[in-house]
Amino acid sequence: MRLDQRLIAGMIRPRTRVLDVGSGDGALLDYLFRNSGCDARGIEIDMKEVTRSVAHGLPVMHGDADHDLAHYPDNAFDYVVLQRTLQAVERPREVLRQMLRIGRYAIVSFPNFGHWRLRLQLLTRGRMPMTSVWSRPWYDTPNIHPCTILDFLTLCRDEGYGVQQWMAVDEDGERAPWRRSIRLANLFGEQALFLLRRKDGPRP
Amino acid sequence: MDNAIPATSLSHQSVTFAEGLPLDCGFHLAPVDVAYRTYGTLSPARDNAIVVCHALTGDQYVADPHPLTGKPGWWSRMVGPGLPIDTDRFFVICSNVLGGCMGTTGPRSPRTLPDGTQEPWGTDFPPITIRDMVRAQKLLVDHLGITRLLAVVGGSMGGMQVLEWAATYPGCVFAAMPIATSPFHSAQNIAFNEVSRQAIFADPQWHGGRYWECGEIPARGLAVARMMAHITYLSEAALTRKFGRRVRHEPGKGGAGGPGSLFGEMFEVESYLRHQGSTFVRRFDANSYLTITRAMDYFDLGAEHDGDMSHPFAGTRTRFCIVSFSSDWLFPTSQSRLLARALNRVAANVSFVEIESDKGHDAFLLDEPDFDRTIRGFLCGAAEHAGIA
Repeated sequence: MRLDQRLIAGMIRPRTRVLDVGSGDGALLDYLFRNSGCDARGIEIDMKEVTRSVAHGLPVMHGDADHDLAHYPDNAFDYVVLQRTLQAVERPREVLRQMLRIGRYAIVSFPNFGHWRLRLQLLTRGRMPMTSVWSRPWYDTPNIHPCTILDFLTLCRDEGYGVQQWMAVDEDGERAPWRRSIRLANLFGEQALFLLRRKDGPRP
Repeated sequence: MDNAIPATSLSHQSVTFAEGLPLDCGFHLAPVDVAYRTYGTLSPARDNAIVVCHALTGDQYVADPHPLTGKPGWWSRMVGPGLPIDTDRFFVICSNVLGGCMGTTGPRSPRTLPDGTQEPWGTDFPPITIRDMVRAQKLLVDHLGITRLLAVVGGSMGGMQVLEWAATYPGCVFAAMPIATSPFHSAQNIAFNEVSRQAIFADPQWHGGRYWECGEIPARGLAVARMMAHITYLSEAALTRKFGRRVRHEPGKGGAGGPGSLFGEMFEVESYLRHQGSTFVRRFDANSYLTITRAMDYFDLGAEHDGDMSHPFAGTRTRFCIVSFSSDWLFPTSQSRLLARALNRVAANVSFVEIESDKGHDAFLLDEPDFDRTIRGFLCGAAEHAGIA
């Protein structure tokens, strides 16, 4: 399991109900079921991954964040997880609203567009940055809604979400996560990870 | 057409419920025979049973040779030792549906008239629903001493039964696998069924449904019904791959005569459909076909709930796995998605897979490795969650 998935798993309390939106190969679902006794389910857009997950006995349905979250009832889950996908959905703000409607907590990870390498490339070359995280040209990228960590915090404030935890990590997870200065994280963090709750939601 | 009389004297493994069954239409049907087959061994804890529900023209002979045709069971590639529905692990039950013609009470079964004489029910057989079929299966499952089924699995009309099982007996169904099915029978599908029925009614040998009195069967009408329905089970790609525009030359056959005549030669697809039609009438009863297609037409999970298909599943703890096939235009993926979303609305545990296939609706009966893996994986996962080693 990737480092950011291990960090996500660490945010989730045992024996809770979890919906993993964009569950991929199901690694997080499998971990949460086997090690934390969670009722963990997935939504995945790639049918091959869905078939593979179900063939491994994992409850995964074909669907996507933009179109399928609206069908779940309020408070159906304790946690709704969205891994590395927020920047690729059609309506990120609506997806976050749905996540925090159907779940008590939302766990969101996304690649940080404020990373220094991206800033430097745009400044020096005057062209859309290309890095290992942002690896596809502008006309071909699925990442239609990139944002920085500061942008995301502003959205959370505007929408009234409480930030329970945050951290910034490297793409490959070599170094320990940043947790202190948001400004430094916005400069040096490649991936951001947030645990959010509704403002009117329960406090731990 | 072949006029062979279907064997009514065949004996099937069955159980009789003298107290019978109250039907949705208000009629109390008694007695009720349920013909069934089982495979594998029921565990001492009676917790490894899987009910397989058959489709419109299927029967209980899932995995052993059909007693009339001698052909392998209709799902013998899926049910058996080491197969995806593994009879080394699971105890598999399949019964002939209520209204059927392979031993379970249906239009061909005898009834006693007020004057004491016996005759087949025929068209007087009460209208039944998919839920009535499931109630009859529940009698059998109770009779076998099983209180909770590990899973109920079925495709097409079998999938409708799976959904009725989960809706009617939620505590008895740990896992449910509705395959290539729909939460309601669509207008298009009712339309196809109606054409099938009209073909039967139009046969002079139909005799108002009392064809047994003349020792005849409406073979031509039933065969046409089957031919038409069979097209809906396939896809354009599958028909093209199998037959293309190839022509078969059969001297002396084809009705209107030799070479140069309008029907002197026959496309292979025509020949195939005629064969499908003629073999079908040897094993299936026309009145059963009418009764069962009508039950499918009535099927609508939301009918009693102002159209809310999720209502029957409120609070369900059953694990669902919905499977559709990309080229199935009779029960298309869009209908499976409606079902998946209805189950989402009650926060049910749902898996939903669309299998890539060009084989149409019949794909669930054919070789589709991804489908096999899906069934095997879902059942293993269900067994693990149910605490069965």
